[in-house]
Amino acid sequence: MPEYTLRIRRYDPQSGQAAHWDDHKVEMEGHVSVLEAILRVKADTDGSIGIRCSCRAAICGSCGVRVNGKPGLACHTHLEDAAKRQTKSTTDDASVIEVEPMGNMPVIRDLIVDMDAVHWKKIQRVTPWLINKEPIPEREYIVPHENMVDVTQTMACIQCGACVSDCLSMEVDPLFVGPAALAKSYRFVGDPRDAEKFERLKDLSEDEHGIYDCTHCFNCIDACPKGVAPMSQIMRLRRVAGNDEHIEDRNNGYRHEHAFVKNIERNGLLHEADLLPDSYGGKFHPRAVPELLGSLPVAAKAMTRGKMSLSGALLHPHKASPEVKQIFKQVEGEKERYELNLYVVGYEDEEEPPATPAETPTESESA
Amino acid sequence: MKVAYWPGCVSRGFTPELHGSMAKVAPLLDLELIELDRASCCGAGVIAEHNQELADTLNARTFALAQQTDGELMMNICATCQGAQSECQERLDANTEYRDHVNQTLRDEGLHYEKGLTNKNFLWLLVEEIGLDTLKAKVQKPLTDLRVGPFYGCYIVRPKERLGIDSENPRDRYLHMVIEALGGTVIDYAGVYKCCGFPIVTMNKKASLTMAGRHLGDAIDAEADCLVVPCPLCHLNLDLQQPAAAKISGRELGMPVLHLPQLVGLALGLSAKELGMNKHIVRPTKVIDWSTSVVASAAA
Repeated sequence: MPEYTLRIRRYDPQSGQAAHWDDHKVEMEGHVSVLEAILRVKADTDGSIGIRCSCRAAICGSCGVRVNGKPGLACHTHLEDAAKRQTKSTTDDASVIEVEPMGNMPVIRDLIVDMDAVHWKKIQRVTPWLINKEPIPEREYIVPHENMVDVTQTMACIQCGACVSDCLSMEVDPLFVGPAALAKSYRFVGDPRDAEKFERLKDLSEDEHGIYDCTHCFNCIDACPKGVAPMSQIMRLRRVAGNDEHIEDRNNGYRHEHAFVKNIERNGLLHEADLLPDSYGGKFHPRAVPELLGSLPVAAKAMTRGKMSLSGALLHPHKASPEVKQIFKQVEGEKERYELNLYVVGYEDEEEPPATPAETPTESESA
Repeated sequence: MKVAYWPGCVSRGFTPELHGSMAKVAPLLDLELIELDRASCCGAGVIAEHNQELADTLNARTFALAQQTDGELMMNICATCQGAQSECQERLDANTEYRDHVNQTLRDEGLHYEKGLTNKNFLWLLVEEIGLDTLKAKVQKPLTDLRVGPFYGCYIVRPKERLGIDSENPRDRYLHMVIEALGGTVIDYAGVYKCCGFPIVTMNKKASLTMAGRHLGDAIDAEADCLVVPCPLCHLNLDLQQPAAAKISGRELGMPVLHLPQLVGLALGLSAKELGMNKHIVRPTKVIDWSTSVVASAAA
């Protein structure tokens, strides 16, 4: 039976002692979960290890931890898979599995983080319940099938906090509403029974720590054990807020997106010198003036270094071809946006490769 | 090797030294670049955020143009293009009905995207097509004593599954492997796989430049001589905005940031000037102590 070294980060903020790592050897099959290994050590060797868990079946979302650098559920991570993910400190010994508490949340003890202080507070922030349209129908409210399918992905969330743990925007801006809560808000924005779709979107667009504070790092997509892809939900919130509800937020989120799209429609390639002023509402907009003045030293330096020229900045060196313009016209002119969600429709099966002569059974073989 | 070459927008905009250095390095690696000069911006995720089908159609057009050339595959030099295009390609390749719908829009131009294009960033091509042994054999001036911090950014390492990163193709280690193959020393620091902050620079400048400043500071603390990036957008936040990032992080920075083709070019014998390093805000030639390195002559 393989032997693993479970290296657990121990920390008790009440103790006044610094955090440290404890090594425990466990002999267990590779398919056993990291959680089972922790519970074995806790039962046999050290009962003081702090870990939160319940269902042991990737349903309850209680045992979120970081295993060899990656956030996820301890009960949903096999020892052999964890050991394959080497980190800087485990490269010398392939049997070492480092378990530490999730990031972006304060540690209560050992592997237990304060979900109330961060995760649940942010979930509360997005009004995570349905606000019924009035009048409430006497019988069931029938939701069209396509709407229900549309919000299915966000409903798969089990609130484990793995995405919050590795959110890079939250790392520098702890007030960022964050991936889990924003994905949750799409669950109601996409529900036709909800009375406050616009208000929800307006609120999250105007909040400087809202939907436009996500930096597209994809960490939450890789972290989620349930395929919720929170970042994709945030992009859908932006799409609905900007395109359907035309919410011009004070964070320049909508304006930036709009300016970018128009810039490509006009130029084919991005003309960067226009993008910044247009993202603030245009070169002569009062909002743009301080921003542009603030950018002058950067622009001046870029010019002296030959990164850009004055003529290049003012004149447009390239124009979109009629074919590119036609694509914009045609796709943007469609009555409804065509969105393909692979979580819902799945991937087509790979086509069977045609049998090569060598693989075709001969008459004598098939007889 | 002949490739359909997509340089992206920024390499021909605010980081012209990237486009220029790739052009200089390509012949040294026996790469023939067929530039896709009719293709449009990949959308950088922003067009997809606005209208997914629009981004998918523009990129399907780029892929179709690449398939019209006699290049063995398509190559890009921008990690953001790689990530945005891989996302669009995933949808296009996954569903025949959707692909047909998109191809319908391209029909008037006589273009058609055939499922299954291979689109590789220069980093992937270096390791998987050219090979590290061939690369090593071409090194004229090994980067001995040059301490290089790899900065992957986001789009070229996540999501892992979409980008085909697994134990057989450890694409999230390729920068490490290339630095070593060129004779340099890999420096580990906290920012290796983090975000440069560029996507939110117009929405939340403080958060954006805090990210950039923190990674640059971490690299300084780890005693790196320079960083290397496969993405020109990372370069904008880490180099062009470095003075502003220094102000926000309240510490002096001065960390040179090299584009991947520049790092390769140095080892293949090109000079810093030929590789356009004089265009950087933090000039590598001023900051790196070239005298202790065998690349010293490159600074001249």
